[in-house]
Amino acid sequence: MKKVYATAAEAIADVDHGAVIMFGGFFSNGSPTNLILALAEKGTKNVTAISNNIGLVDRLDILCQNKQLRKFIGAFPFRATSQGRPPIQEAFLAKEVEVEVVPMGTFVERIRAGGAGIGGFYTPTGIDTVAAEGKEERTINGVRYLLEMPLKADFAFIKAFKADTMGNLIYRGSMRNFNPIMATAARITIADVEEIVEVGELDPEVIITPGIFVDRIVKGPKHDPDGFD
Amino acid sequence: MTQMGLTREQIARRVARELQEGMIVNLGIGIPTLVSDYTPDGVNVIFQAENGILGYGPIAADESNIDWDRINASGQPVTLLPGACFFHSADSFTMIRGGHVDLVVLGGLQVSEKGDLANWMVPSRGMGSIGGAMDLAVGAKRVIVAMEHTTKTGEPRLVNECSYPLTAGGAVDLIVTNLAAIQVTPAGLLLEELAPGVTFDYVQSLTEPFLIRSANLREMEL
Repeated sequence: MKKVYATAAEAIADVDHGAVIMFGGFFSNGSPTNLILALAEKGTKNVTAISNNIGLVDRLDILCQNKQLRKFIGAFPFRATSQGRPPIQEAFLAKEVEVEVVPMGTFVERIRAGGAGIGGFYTPTGIDTVAAEGKEERTINGVRYLLEMPLKADFAFIKAFKADTMGNLIYRGSMRNFNPIMATAARITIADVEEIVEVGELDPEVIITPGIFVDRIVKGPKHDPDGFD
Repeated sequence: MTQMGLTREQIARRVARELQEGMIVNLGIGIPTLVSDYTPDGVNVIFQAENGILGYGPIAADESNIDWDRINASGQPVTLLPGACFFHSADSFTMIRGGHVDLVVLGGLQVSEKGDLANWMVPSRGMGSIGGAMDLAVGAKRVIVAMEHTTKTGEPRLVNECSYPLTAGGAVDLIVTNLAAIQVTPAGLLLEELAPGVTFDYVQSLTEPFLIRSANLREMEL
Protein backbone atom coordinates (compact mmCIF):
# COMPACT_ATOMS: atom_id res chain seq x y z
CA MET A 1 0.00 0.00 0.00
CA LYS A 2 1.33 3.37 -0.97
CA LYS A 3 1.73 5.61 2.06
CA VAL A 4 3.48 8.65 0.64
CA TYR A 5 1.18 11.56 -0.29
CA ALA A 6 2.28 14.52 -2.37
CA THR A 7 0.55 17.21 -0.34
CA ALA A 8 -0.94 17.69 3.12
CA ALA A 9 -4.29 18.50 1.48
CA GLU A 10 -4.36 15.07 -0.22
CA ALA A 11 -3.27 13.32 2.96
CA ILE A 12 -6.25 14.73 4.90
CA ALA A 13 -8.79 14.74 2.03
CA ASP A 14 -11.15 12.28 3.79
CA VAL A 15 -11.20 14.02 7.18
CA ASP A 16 -14.92 14.72 7.38
CA HIS A 17 -17.04 16.97 9.57
CA GLY A 18 -17.26 15.65 13.13
CA ALA A 19 -13.90 13.88 13.00
CA VAL A 20 -12.10 13.08 16.25
CA ILE A 21 -8.46 13.99 15.68
CA MET A 22 -5.35 13.62 17.84
CA PHE A 23 -2.63 16.22 17.35
CA GLY A 24 0.90 15.58 18.61
CA GLY A 25 3.15 18.28 19.99
CA PHE A 26 4.16 20.12 23.14
CA PHE A 27 4.02 23.85 22.48
CA SER A 28 4.88 23.89 18.76
CA ASN A 29 7.59 21.26 19.21
CA GLY A 30 6.45 18.13 17.43
CA SER A 31 3.25 19.78 16.24
CA PRO A 32 2.00 18.64 12.80
CA THR A 33 1.74 22.21 11.56
CA ASN A 34 1.39 21.40 7.85
CA LEU A 35 -1.55 19.09 8.54
CA ILE A 36 -3.20 21.64 10.84
CA LEU A 37 -2.91 24.35 8.16
CA ALA A 38 -4.35 21.96 5.57
CA LEU A 39 -7.29 21.17 7.86
CA ALA A 40 -7.91 24.90 8.35
CA GLU A 41 -7.87 25.31 4.58
CA LYS A 42 -10.24 22.37 4.06
CA GLY A 43 -12.67 23.82 6.60
CA THR A 44 -13.71 20.59 8.33
CA LYS A 45 -16.23 21.46 11.06
CA ASN A 46 -17.23 20.02 14.44
CA VAL A 47 -13.79 18.63 15.06
CA THR A 48 -12.93 17.08 18.42
CA ALA A 49 -9.27 17.90 18.99
CA ILE A 50 -7.24 15.71 21.34
CA SER A 51 -3.98 17.55 22.01
CA ASN A 52 -1.75 18.42 24.94
CA ASN A 53 -2.11 22.14 24.26
CA ILE A 54 -3.83 24.64 22.03
CA GLY A 55 -2.50 28.11 21.28
CA LEU A 56 0.92 27.58 22.88
CA VAL A 57 2.65 28.69 19.67
CA ASP A 58 1.13 25.59 18.04
CA ARG A 59 -1.30 26.51 15.25
CA LEU A 60 -4.42 24.80 16.60
CA ASP A 61 -5.71 28.25 17.52
CA ILE A 62 -6.55 28.72 13.85
CA LEU A 63 -9.12 25.89 14.00
CA CYS A 64 -10.69 27.64 16.95
CA GLN A 65 -10.70 31.03 15.23
CA ASN A 66 -12.29 29.42 12.15
CA LYS A 67 -14.98 27.87 14.38
CA GLN A 68 -13.98 24.37 13.27
CA LEU A 69 -13.76 22.98 16.82
CA ARG A 70 -16.59 21.37 18.75
CA LYS A 71 -14.55 19.99 21.63
CA PHE A 72 -11.02 20.07 22.98
CA ILE A 73 -9.53 17.34 25.19
CA GLY A 74 -6.09 18.00 26.66
CA ALA A 75 -3.88 19.02 29.57
CA PHE A 76 -3.12 22.62 28.66
CA PRO A 77 -6.07 24.37 26.99
CA PHE A 78 -5.77 27.65 28.87
CA ARG A 79 -2.83 29.78 29.81
CA ALA A 80 -2.23 32.97 31.73
CA THR A 81 -1.35 35.77 29.38
CA SER A 82 -1.22 39.51 29.55
CA GLN A 83 -2.20 39.94 25.89
CA GLY A 84 -5.95 39.42 25.91
CA ARG A 85 -7.69 36.06 25.85
CA PRO A 86 -6.56 33.41 23.36
CA PRO A 87 -9.32 32.18 20.97
CA ILE A 88 -9.94 28.91 22.86
CA GLN A 89 -10.66 30.84 26.06
CA GLU A 90 -13.10 33.17 24.30
CA ALA A 91 -14.79 30.20 22.64
CA PHE A 92 -15.02 28.29 25.93
CA LEU A 93 -16.51 31.22 27.82
CA ALA A 94 -18.98 31.78 24.97
CA LYS A 95 -19.88 28.05 25.25
CA GLU A 96 -18.96 27.50 21.60
CA VAL A 97 -16.33 24.87 22.41
CA GLU A 98 -16.52 22.17 25.07
CA VAL A 99 -13.25 21.64 26.97
CA GLU A 100 -12.17 18.54 28.91
CA VAL A 101 -9.06 19.24 30.98
CA VAL A 102 -7.09 16.05 31.68
CA PRO A 103 -3.94 15.70 33.81
CA MET A 104 -1.06 15.23 31.39
CA GLY A 105 0.06 11.82 32.62
CA THR A 106 -3.51 10.55 32.56
CA PHE A 107 -3.98 12.07 29.12
CA VAL A 108 -1.07 10.21 27.54
CA GLU A 109 -1.83 6.98 29.39
CA ARG A 110 -5.45 7.07 28.15
CA ILE A 111 -4.10 7.36 24.60
CA ARG A 112 -1.57 4.59 25.25
CA ALA A 113 -4.42 2.40 26.54
CA GLY A 114 -6.50 3.24 23.48
CA GLY A 115 -3.70 2.16 21.17
CA ALA A 116 -2.72 -0.90 23.18
CA GLY A 117 -6.15 -2.50 23.48
CA ILE A 118 -6.42 -1.84 27.21
CA GLY A 119 -9.94 -1.31 28.55
CA GLY A 120 -9.00 1.22 31.23
CA PHE A 121 -6.53 1.65 34.08
CA TYR A 122 -6.24 2.83 37.67
CA THR A 123 -4.13 5.90 38.45
CA PRO A 124 -3.49 7.76 41.71
CA THR A 125 -3.45 11.08 39.84
CA GLY A 126 -6.49 13.27 40.45
CA ILE A 127 -7.75 11.66 43.68
CA ASP A 128 -9.75 14.24 45.73
CA THR A 129 -9.77 16.70 42.81
CA VAL A 130 -12.27 17.68 40.13
CA ALA A 131 -10.55 15.10 37.90
CA ALA A 132 -12.15 12.41 40.09
CA GLU A 133 -15.74 13.53 39.48
CA GLY A 134 -17.93 10.73 38.21
CA LYS A 135 -15.11 8.17 38.19
CA GLU A 136 -14.85 4.85 39.98
CA GLU A 137 -12.42 4.94 42.88
CA ARG A 138 -10.68 1.82 44.09
CA THR A 139 -8.11 1.15 46.82
CA ILE A 140 -5.39 -1.30 45.82
CA ASN A 141 -2.74 -2.28 48.38
CA GLY A 142 -3.71 0.72 50.49
CA VAL A 143 -3.41 3.28 47.67
CA ARG A 144 -6.42 5.11 46.27
CA TYR A 145 -6.81 5.08 42.49
CA LEU A 146 -9.22 6.39 39.85
CA LEU A 147 -10.44 4.35 36.91
CA GLU A 148 -9.56 6.13 33.68
CA MET A 149 -10.83 5.11 30.25
CA PRO A 150 -8.97 4.84 26.94
CA LEU A 151 -8.92 7.56 24.30
CA LYS A 152 -9.10 6.75 20.59
CA ALA A 153 -9.53 8.83 17.49
CA ASP A 154 -10.53 8.69 13.85
CA PHE A 155 -7.26 10.32 12.83
CA ALA A 156 -3.91 11.01 14.47
CA PHE A 157 -2.00 13.94 12.99
CA ILE A 158 1.57 13.46 14.09
CA LYS A 159 4.96 15.00 13.39
CA ALA A 160 8.26 13.20 12.93
CA PHE A 161 11.72 14.05 11.66
CA LYS A 162 12.19 11.35 9.02
CA ALA A 163 10.07 8.59 7.57
CA ASP A 164 10.91 5.77 5.23
CA THR A 165 8.30 4.87 2.62
CA MET A 166 6.99 2.05 4.85
CA GLY A 167 6.12 4.62 7.51
CA ASN A 168 8.89 3.82 9.98
CA LEU A 169 9.59 7.04 11.87
CA ILE A 170 12.41 8.69 13.74
CA TYR A 171 12.19 11.90 15.69
CA ARG A 172 14.56 14.70 16.60
CA GLY A 173 15.07 16.08 20.10
CA SER A 174 11.99 16.69 22.21
CA MET A 175 9.60 16.63 19.22
CA ARG A 176 8.80 13.03 20.13
CA ASN A 177 6.48 13.86 23.06
CA PHE A 178 2.92 12.59 22.33
CA ASN A 179 3.53 11.59 18.71
CA PRO A 180 4.62 7.94 19.06
CA ILE A 181 1.73 7.23 21.44
CA MET A 182 -0.93 8.97 19.33
CA ALA A 183 0.33 7.08 16.28
CA THR A 184 -1.05 3.88 17.86
CA ALA A 185 -4.49 5.12 18.88
CA ALA A 186 -6.25 6.27 15.71
CA ARG A 187 -7.98 4.50 12.84
CA ILE A 188 -5.75 6.43 10.42
CA THR A 189 -2.40 7.97 11.39
CA ILE A 190 -0.92 10.69 9.19
CA ALA A 191 2.69 11.76 9.69
CA ASP A 192 3.97 15.24 8.78
CA VAL A 193 7.72 14.74 8.26
CA GLU A 194 10.74 16.77 7.21
CA GLU A 195 12.29 14.10 5.05
CA ILE A 196 11.22 10.83 3.37
CA VAL A 197 13.88 8.21 2.64
CA GLU A 198 13.84 4.85 0.89
CA VAL A 199 13.19 1.62 2.78
CA GLY A 200 16.42 0.40 4.32
CA GLU A 201 17.92 3.80 4.87
CA LEU A 202 16.76 4.09 8.50
CA ASP A 203 18.74 2.07 11.02
CA PRO A 204 16.30 -0.51 12.50
CA GLU A 205 17.96 0.02 15.89
CA VAL A 206 16.80 3.65 16.13
CA ILE A 207 13.28 3.52 14.67
CA ILE A 208 10.90 4.86 17.33
CA THR A 209 7.52 4.40 15.61
CA PRO A 210 7.20 1.13 13.66
CA GLY A 211 5.63 1.66 10.26
CA ILE A 212 2.59 -0.49 11.01
CA PHE A 213 1.21 2.40 13.08
CA VAL A 214 1.53 4.89 10.22
CA ASP A 215 -0.91 4.99 7.30
CA ARG A 216 0.08 8.15 5.45
CA ILE A 217 3.23 10.24 5.17
CA VAL A 218 3.62 13.70 3.77
CA LYS A 219 6.74 15.82 3.57
CA GLY A 220 6.46 19.46 4.55
CA PRO A 221 8.48 22.43 5.72
CA LYS A 222 9.60 22.77 9.32
CA HIS A 223 7.94 25.53 11.32
CA ASP A 224 10.00 26.98 14.15
CA PRO A 225 8.38 29.49 16.49
CA ASP A 226 9.59 33.07 16.51
CA GLY A 227 9.96 32.86 20.25
CA PHE A 228 8.07 31.90 23.40
CA ASP A 229 6.25 33.74 26.12
CA MET B 1 1.80 47.60 49.90
CA THR B 2 5.55 47.13 49.58
CA GLN B 3 6.44 43.51 49.04
CA MET B 4 8.61 42.43 51.98
CA GLY B 5 11.18 39.71 51.98
CA LEU B 6 12.70 37.80 49.12
CA THR B 7 12.62 38.45 45.39
CA ARG B 8 11.55 35.65 43.05
CA GLU B 9 15.21 34.96 42.35
CA GLN B 10 15.97 34.70 46.06
CA ILE B 11 13.08 32.28 46.56
CA ALA B 12 14.57 30.17 43.76
CA ARG B 13 18.00 30.41 45.37
CA ARG B 14 16.63 29.15 48.70
CA VAL B 15 14.81 26.27 46.99
CA ALA B 16 18.02 25.36 45.15
CA ARG B 17 19.66 24.64 48.50
CA GLU B 18 17.41 21.56 48.68
CA LEU B 19 19.10 20.09 45.60
CA GLN B 20 21.35 17.18 46.44
CA GLU B 21 23.92 15.25 44.47
CA GLY B 22 22.41 12.82 41.98
CA MET B 23 18.78 13.87 42.38
CA ILE B 24 16.32 13.68 39.48
CA VAL B 25 14.47 17.02 39.61
CA ASN B 26 11.46 18.41 37.76
CA LEU B 27 10.78 22.14 37.82
CA GLY B 28 7.33 23.63 37.25
CA ILE B 29 6.44 26.87 35.50
CA GLY B 30 7.07 30.28 37.15
CA ILE B 31 9.48 30.72 40.08
CA PRO B 32 10.42 27.00 39.96
CA THR B 33 11.88 27.41 36.46
CA LEU B 34 14.47 29.78 37.95
CA VAL B 35 15.77 27.17 40.41
CA SER B 36 18.15 25.53 37.91
CA ASP B 37 20.14 28.79 37.70
CA TYR B 38 21.07 28.48 41.39
CA THR B 39 22.16 24.85 41.61
CA PRO B 40 24.86 24.87 44.32
CA ASP B 41 28.43 24.57 43.07
CA GLY B 42 29.66 21.01 42.94
CA VAL B 43 26.14 19.51 43.12
CA ASN B 44 25.14 17.49 40.07
CA VAL B 45 21.43 17.01 39.57
CA ILE B 46 19.58 15.71 36.53
CA PHE B 47 16.69 17.91 35.43
CA GLN B 48 13.68 16.17 33.90
CA ALA B 49 11.41 18.09 31.54
CA GLU B 50 8.03 16.34 31.28
CA ASN B 51 7.87 16.99 27.54
CA GLY B 52 10.64 14.44 27.17
CA ILE B 53 14.18 15.39 28.17
CA LEU B 54 16.34 14.06 30.97
CA GLY B 55 19.57 15.97 31.56
CA TYR B 56 18.98 19.40 30.11
CA GLY B 57 21.37 22.24 30.94
CA PRO B 58 21.11 26.03 30.95
CA ILE B 59 18.53 27.87 28.82
CA ALA B 60 19.80 28.43 25.27
CA ALA B 61 20.15 32.18 25.27
CA ASP B 62 21.52 33.16 21.86
CA GLU B 63 21.02 32.32 18.20
CA SER B 64 24.08 30.09 18.10
CA ASN B 65 22.67 27.47 20.48
CA ILE B 66 18.89 27.78 20.08
CA ASP B 67 17.37 24.58 18.69
CA TRP B 68 13.56 24.53 18.76
CA ASP B 69 13.60 20.74 18.89
CA ARG B 70 15.13 21.00 22.36
CA ILE B 71 12.68 22.74 24.66
CA ASN B 72 11.83 22.38 28.34
CA ALA B 73 8.28 22.12 29.67
CA SER B 74 8.02 25.91 29.85
CA GLY B 75 8.69 26.08 26.10
CA GLN B 76 12.16 27.56 26.46
CA PRO B 77 14.96 26.26 24.22
CA VAL B 78 17.51 24.49 26.39
CA THR B 79 21.01 23.11 26.03
CA LEU B 80 21.85 19.48 26.77
CA LEU B 81 24.40 18.13 29.22
CA PRO B 82 26.48 15.04 28.41
CA GLY B 83 24.34 11.94 28.95
CA ALA B 84 21.06 13.68 28.17
CA CYS B 85 18.30 11.66 26.52
CA PHE B 86 14.91 12.12 24.87
CA PHE B 87 11.77 10.05 25.40
CA HIS B 88 8.04 10.16 24.65
CA SER B 89 5.34 11.39 27.01
CA ALA B 90 4.24 7.95 28.23
CA ASP B 91 7.82 7.23 29.38
CA SER B 92 7.98 10.71 30.88
CA PHE B 93 4.95 10.09 33.07
CA THR B 94 6.15 6.60 33.88
CA MET B 95 9.12 8.37 35.44
CA ILE B 96 6.88 10.90 37.20
CA ARG B 97 3.94 8.80 38.35
CA GLY B 98 6.10 5.74 38.95
CA GLY B 99 8.12 7.44 41.68
CA HIS B 100 11.36 7.76 39.72
CA VAL B 101 11.62 11.55 40.20
CA ASP B 102 13.20 12.58 43.52
CA LEU B 103 12.05 16.16 43.76
CA VAL B 104 9.53 18.42 42.08
CA VAL B 105 9.28 22.17 42.60
CA LEU B 106 5.86 23.57 41.76
CA GLY B 107 4.27 26.99 41.87
CA GLY B 108 1.28 27.40 44.18
CA LEU B 109 -1.93 29.37 44.53
CA GLN B 110 -2.87 27.91 47.92
CA VAL B 111 -1.38 25.31 50.28
CA SER B 112 -3.38 24.01 53.23
CA GLU B 113 -2.22 23.11 56.71
CA LYS B 114 -2.34 19.43 55.66
CA GLY B 115 -0.19 20.02 52.59
CA ASP B 116 -3.05 20.03 50.10
CA LEU B 117 -1.99 21.94 46.99
CA ALA B 118 -4.09 24.12 44.68
CA ASN B 119 -2.08 25.49 41.79
CA TRP B 120 -3.97 25.17 38.52
CA MET B 121 -7.08 27.29 38.61
CA VAL B 122 -8.26 30.59 40.03
CA PRO B 123 -12.03 29.96 40.31
CA SER B 124 -13.02 33.52 39.37
CA ARG B 125 -11.39 32.98 35.95
CA GLY B 126 -13.63 29.97 35.32
CA MET B 127 -10.88 27.98 33.63
CA GLY B 128 -7.38 26.64 34.14
CA SER B 129 -4.83 24.16 32.84
CA ILE B 130 -3.78 21.16 34.91
CA GLY B 131 -0.75 20.35 32.75
CA GLY B 132 1.47 17.79 34.47
CA ALA B 133 1.00 19.22 37.97
CA MET B 134 -1.41 16.57 39.32
CA ASP B 135 0.86 13.71 38.23
CA LEU B 136 3.98 15.47 39.54
CA ALA B 137 2.40 16.26 42.92
CA VAL B 138 1.25 12.66 43.35
CA GLY B 139 4.30 10.90 41.93
CA ALA B 140 7.43 12.76 43.04
CA LYS B 141 9.17 11.55 46.19
CA ARG B 142 9.34 15.10 47.56
CA VAL B 143 7.27 18.17 46.65
CA ILE B 144 8.40 21.75 47.27
CA VAL B 145 6.08 24.67 46.56
CA ALA B 146 7.69 28.01 45.70
CA MET B 147 5.27 30.95 45.78
CA GLU B 148 4.53 34.42 47.11
CA HIS B 149 3.24 34.31 50.69
CA THR B 150 0.08 36.26 49.85
CA THR B 151 -2.02 37.14 46.83
CA LYS B 152 -1.54 40.53 45.17
CA THR B 153 -4.34 41.87 47.39
CA GLY B 154 -2.73 40.52 50.56
CA GLU B 155 -4.86 37.39 51.12
CA PRO B 156 -2.98 34.46 52.69
CA ARG B 157 -2.00 31.63 50.34
CA LEU B 158 -1.33 29.36 53.34
CA VAL B 159 -4.85 28.43 54.39
CA ASN B 160 -6.77 26.08 56.69
CA GLU B 161 -8.54 24.49 53.71
CA CYS B 162 -7.92 25.25 50.04
CA SER B 163 -10.88 27.09 48.51
CA TYR B 164 -9.40 26.78 45.00
CA PRO B 165 -9.67 23.47 43.08
CA LEU B 166 -7.08 21.00 44.35
CA THR B 167 -4.08 19.70 42.45
CA ALA B 168 -3.44 16.95 45.01
CA GLY B 169 -4.25 16.27 48.65
CA GLY B 170 -1.51 16.06 51.30
CA ALA B 171 1.24 16.29 48.70
CA VAL B 172 3.43 19.18 49.83
CA ASP B 173 6.54 18.69 51.98
CA LEU B 174 8.14 22.15 52.05
CA ILE B 175 6.87 25.65 51.19
CA VAL B 176 9.30 28.46 50.35
CA THR B 177 7.77 31.93 50.08
CA ASN B 178 9.13 35.46 49.97
CA LEU B 179 8.77 35.50 53.77
CA ALA B 180 9.63 32.05 55.11
CA ALA B 181 10.51 28.39 54.68
CA ILE B 182 7.81 26.23 56.20
CA GLN B 183 7.68 22.45 56.56
CA VAL B 184 4.43 20.53 56.40
CA THR B 185 4.39 18.12 59.35
CA PRO B 186 1.70 15.85 60.80
CA ALA B 187 1.36 18.37 63.66
CA GLY B 188 0.89 21.30 61.28
CA LEU B 189 2.95 23.95 59.54
CA LEU B 190 6.41 24.27 61.08
CA LEU B 191 8.08 27.62 60.50
CA GLU B 192 11.79 26.86 60.19
CA GLU B 193 13.34 29.89 58.50
CA LEU B 194 12.51 33.59 58.19
CA ALA B 195 13.53 35.85 55.33
CA PRO B 196 15.97 38.55 56.48
CA GLY B 197 14.16 41.36 58.34
CA VAL B 198 10.91 39.40 58.74
CA THR B 199 9.49 38.39 62.13
CA PHE B 200 7.53 35.29 63.19
CA ASP B 201 4.56 37.45 64.13
CA TYR B 202 4.55 39.15 60.75
CA VAL B 203 4.51 35.80 58.91
CA GLN B 204 1.77 34.55 61.25
CA SER B 205 -0.33 37.66 60.55
CA LEU B 206 -0.32 36.76 56.84
CA THR B 207 -0.94 33.03 57.36
CA GLU B 208 -4.37 31.54 58.09
CA PRO B 209 -3.43 28.40 60.07
CA PHE B 210 -1.43 28.61 63.30
CA LEU B 211 2.28 28.26 62.65
CA ILE B 212 4.44 26.09 64.89
CA ARG B 213 7.65 27.90 65.84
CA SER B 214 10.62 25.64 65.18
CA ALA B 215 12.97 25.08 68.11
CA ASN B 216 15.65 25.89 65.56
CA LEU B 217 13.98 28.98 64.03
CA ARG B 218 16.63 30.89 62.09
CA GLU B 219 17.24 33.48 59.42
CA MET B 220 17.28 32.01 55.95
CA GLU B 221 20.70 31.50 54.40
CA LEU B 222 20.72 32.63 50.81
